[in-house]
Amino acid sequence: MNGRTIKVESLARVEGEGGLFVRIQGERVTEVQLRIFEPPRFFEAFLRGRMFSEAPDITARICGICPVAYQMSACHAVEDAFGVQVDGQLRALRRLLYCGEWIESHALHVYMLHAPDFLGYEDAIRMAKDHPQVVQRGLRLKKTGNNIVRLVGGREIHPINVRVGGFYRVPGKQELAPLAEELRRARDAALETVRWVAAFPFPAFDRDYEFVALRHPEEYPFNEGRLVSNKGLDIAVREYDQHFVEEHVAHSNALHAVLQARGAYSVGPLARYNLNFDRLSLLAQEAARTAGLGAVCRNPFQSIVVRSVELVYACDEALRLIAQYEMPDRPAADIAPRVATGFGCTEAPRGILYHRSRLDDHGVILDAKIVPPTSQNQKTIEGDLWQCVPANLELPKDTLQWRCEQAVRNYDPCISCATHFLHLHIERA
Amino acid sequence: MTPGHARSLIIGIGNPYRGDDGVGIAVVRRLRARPPSGVTILEAGGEGAALLDAWTDATNVILVDAVHSGAPPGTIHRFDAAALEIPRRFFHYSTHAFSVAEAVELARTLAQLPPCVIVYGIEGRNFAAGVGLSTEVEQAVTAVAVQVLEEMRAFQAGGTPCLKFPSQPI
Repeated sequence: MNGRTIKVESLARVEGEGGLFVRIQGERVTEVQLRIFEPPRFFEAFLRGRMFSEAPDITARICGICPVAYQMSACHAVEDAFGVQVDGQLRALRRLLYCGEWIESHALHVYMLHAPDFLGYEDAIRMAKDHPQVVQRGLRLKKTGNNIVRLVGGREIHPINVRVGGFYRVPGKQELAPLAEELRRARDAALETVRWVAAFPFPAFDRDYEFVALRHPEEYPFNEGRLVSNKGLDIAVREYDQHFVEEHVAHSNALHAVLQARGAYSVGPLARYNLNFDRLSLLAQEAARTAGLGAVCRNPFQSIVVRSVELVYACDEALRLIAQYEMPDRPAADIAPRVATGFGCTEAPRGILYHRSRLDDHGVILDAKIVPPTSQNQKTIEGDLWQCVPANLELPKDTLQWRCEQAVRNYDPCISCATHFLHLHIERA
Repeated sequence: MTPGHARSLIIGIGNPYRGDDGVGIAVVRRLRARPPSGVTILEAGGEGAALLDAWTDATNVILVDAVHSGAPPGTIHRFDAAALEIPRRFFHYSTHAFSVAEAVELARTLAQLPPCVIVYGIEGRNFAAGVGLSTEVEQAVTAVAVQVLEEMRAFQAGGTPCLKFPSQPI
């Protein structure tokens, strides 16, 4: 009896590189491996011995697409350790900065990395040949996100204006006015994006996921909240290590994060949406409903619609923050180092990003733990493939491979955060 | 457009925390020590769409990035991107899938490619997490910096640099 394997050498259209290996015996899938080779905890090691003040600058280098997320989680962990609360307009500026990152990350993923899958294009460039205006819309949306990050963060990539306690410099109210103008146009583009993706063909796909996200008493979550799930999890961020563990998996150099109690879980836009629909702005909720989504969406192929809804929300929220903004007296809160361990967990575009920091009384980092969203999704992605492959065995080889890759891209995996590179191998024996 | 109205740009691309992926950044930092006048020098993380933004309204752009194509580490490739499509395999080891080669091709498709775009790809050996360049790659930094400066000077003197330099490994 012949076995077949699916190996994709080099996953396209994911951040960084990754590999997938699937073995098929007859009609059965016997093995699925998402091979992600993680740099051996380089950045955690690199932080050791550094001053707490360097954490935002160092962690920002972990990912070129989500530097703000790393900075925010790092800052919150240190602030938690030192008993610092960042409130008021500084807190608002952090949310605004995060809106910027969500906009640019989601716009990039929706238009450049994911939409081509649904429209049958090998890549965004081929899509752009046929649909230049659509691609331009995506690029303009992304640029708005970049402009927010540049204005509040000081630079588009590796924002230099962020520090523990707040910022080095805060903008005046007038500086934000042109951004508001641009955001109104971006919000319209985001609504068009939802309409555009809502019409894509979505394979039927449903699994009994455990979704994990932050939940806040009033807001759709960015920086703060409790960690909750749809299966009963409800913990403070500082309890993360008691409930989540990382397992080393033989086939992958990345560690698989699991819930001790129940195993695999899913983080990211779908998780946030399902656990916080009532916290979305009315416009975003309406856009979701018009797109045919209920308050809960479990089909990972429809994550592109949810990402687009979050684009609408991020534009809406950014406009709200700008409208209420008054320049704070001071750009940052005072910091007084002490011996302590602090915990931070914020919602990166791809999901919860956990950071733990242990410091001494000089403010030197003794050790750090960083768990990116993509490593938390790995087991779930593999689980999706276990289901996706047998359901599509009759497809021609190339199409089956593409469907596997698309299933991985549903999670917008930032493999450069979680790994070094990935090769997807498909063997047909 | 005369050189006096031209906008010249040198962009170093890469991540200094991923070994040889930092070579593009190393080259532009060398240039910043004695920057050519009238030229903007930028550092970028390699995310493609941001590059399209950065070179809006530019007439003469030189990009410097690490590549991994199988050539010996330290090999310097030069591409005239305005004239020819860049082989995408060259930029495979960018930390982002939507990388330099794709940015150039997307810009070409959307008619947003500046008139003159030269890409220097320096062959890397080690792209694992870590700080520092391999010896061969470090040695290429000066050669590339010198070449980039010469190209820019030629343009500013009124020539069209794309025609003056050969598009082949140097």
